[in-house]
Amino acid sequence: MTLQTKKQNHDLTNQQAYILAHRKHHHMIAFFRLLILLVFLALWEYATYTGYIDIFFFSSPSAIVKYLYQMILDSSFFMHTGITLLETIVSFLLVTALSFLTAMLLWYRNSLSEILEPYLVILNSLPKSALAPLLIVWLGTGSKTIIVAGISVAVFGSVINLYTGFCQADNEMLKLIYTLGGDRKDAMFKVILPSSIPLIISNMKVNIGLCLVGVIIGEFLAARRGLGYLIIYGSQVFQLNMVITSIIILCAIAMGLYKIIQSLEHWYKKKI
Amino acid sequence: MQALLSLENITYSYHNLNGETPALSDITFHVTEGEFLAIVGPSGCGKSTLLSIIAGLLEPESGTLAFGSSSSIGYMLQHDHLFEWRTIYQNVILGLELNKALTKENIDYVLQLLNDYGLYAFKDKKPSELSGGMRQRAALIRTMAIRPGLLLLDEPFSALDFQTRMTVSVDIGNIIRNTGKTAILITHDLSEAVTLADRVLVLSGRPATVKYELPIHYDMERTSPLLIRNTNAYQTYFNLLWKELSDDLADKETKP
Repeated sequence: MTLQTKKQNHDLTNQQAYILAHRKHHHMIAFFRLLILLVFLALWEYATYTGYIDIFFFSSPSAIVKYLYQMILDSSFFMHTGITLLETIVSFLLVTALSFLTAMLLWYRNSLSEILEPYLVILNSLPKSALAPLLIVWLGTGSKTIIVAGISVAVFGSVINLYTGFCQADNEMLKLIYTLGGDRKDAMFKVILPSSIPLIISNMKVNIGLCLVGVIIGEFLAARRGLGYLIIYGSQVFQLNMVITSIIILCAIAMGLYKIIQSLEHWYKKKI
Repeated sequence: MQALLSLENITYSYHNLNGETPALSDITFHVTEGEFLAIVGPSGCGKSTLLSIIAGLLEPESGTLAFGSSSSIGYMLQHDHLFEWRTIYQNVILGLELNKALTKENIDYVLQLLNDYGLYAFKDKKPSELSGGMRQRAALIRTMAIRPGLLLLDEPFSALDFQTRMTVSVDIGNIIRNTGKTAILITHDLSEAVTLADRVLVLSGRPATVKYELPIHYDMERTSPLLIRNTNAYQTYFNLLWKELSDDLADKETKP
C-alpha cells in the first residue's frame, strides 16, 4: 500500500466516523422525543387506572383511542375534522392572497402606506375574538363567519410583516433597475418579489397557525360542526373524552399543515 | 471631436426639515466622444450625486445638461448586484428585458460579449459560484448589453480586494478603450484615475465644484498597469493630483 492510498483510506474512515456520529445523534434525539411521549402517556394511563386522577375529568389515553375509533366508525371524525381543515385552508389561502396584494399595493404607493399605517396598527393589535359576535350578527352562523374569523386573526399582521420586508430591499438594487431604464413596477417584479420569497414562506408558517386559531374561535361561537364546536359542546355536556380527543386531532392538524409549508420551504431552498 | 455631454453651471442641494445641504455648486465640464474621464474628489463631496444627475435619476436645481448624439446611459455601481435568483445569462439580459428589447440581434450581442469576456462557460451558473472579478465583468456586460452611448462608472472596483482590483480595472479599462466607448469614472483611488483616464477632474470638498483639470497622456499603450505605474509621467500626474487633493484637505482643517 502506497502512502497516497493509505492517506485516502484514513480520510474515508474519518468521513465514515463523522457520518456515524451524525446518525447516532439523530437517533438519540428521536429516541428521547418518543420517550417523553410514551412516559407521559403511560403515567396518564396509570394515574387514571389507579384512580389517582378522575377519568371523568381527565380522560385517559385508552379512553381517547376508544372514542377516536368510535368517531371513525360513525364517520363523525371525517365530518368534523374535514370541516375544520377546509375552513382553515380556505382562510389561509385568502389571507395569503389578500395580504400579498395589499402589501404590494402599499409598497407601490408609498403615501398610501403612510396614510393607512395607524389603521393597520389598530386592527392588528385589536383582539379579534372581540369581533366574533359582530360577525355572527352580520354573517349568521356557519362556514362564512368562521372563515372570516380565521382571516381577521391573521391578515393584518401578515400585511404589516410583508410590507416591512418589502421595504427592506436593497436600495442599490432598485437603483440598478432605474439605471437600466425600469420603473417602480419593474422594481416590484424583478427585485422585491423574487428577493422576498423566503420572507413570504416564513410569513405563511405564521399565518397557518393564526388561521387555525381564528377558525377555532369562530367554531366556538358560530358552528354546529367542526372541532371547535366539539370542544365547546363536549365541555357543556361534560364529555371530556370528546374535548380532549378533539384537542389531540387539532394538534395533529397544526403539525401537518406546518410540515406542508416546511417542505415547500425545503423545496425552494434546494431549487435556489 | 464633438461634445457628447455638456454640463453648464449645474447646482444641486439636498433638503430636509433641518435645512439645506448644498452638494454641487456651479459645475461645468464637457465630455467628448470616445473620451475616458475620471472624476476624483474628497469623500462625501457629491461625486455620486453628480453621476445620478447625469444618469437622470436626479433633476439639477439649476444649470443645463445637454447630450450630443446619443443620450442612452449605462451605469455601473460599486457592487455588482447580480441577482442570486437569476443565472448569469438571465442577469446580463436584465436591461434588455426591462427595455423590451430581447431581439435576436441583441441576444447574439450579449452572447458575443459573454464569449469575449470569458464568461460564456459560466452563463448558466448562479452569481455566487463566480469570483469577484468575474462578477464585475458580468455586471459590465449587463451594462453594455443595452449599448449605452455613455458609461458611468461609480467606483466599480472599490468593493474588490487589491489584487482582483488591479486586474479587473485594467480588464474593464481595456474593454472600454477597445470598444471606443465614452466613459466617466468616479473614484477616490488616484492611481486608478491616473492609469485609466484620458483626463482627470478634481472636485473640491462639499459643495463640490470643478477645481482642477489634468489631461493624461502616456507614450505607450495602456495594456499593463504595472508598466504605466513605473513611468515618470505616472509619478508626475499622481503627485500633481495628490497635491490638489491635499490642499483641499488642508483648507478644510484650517477653517474654524
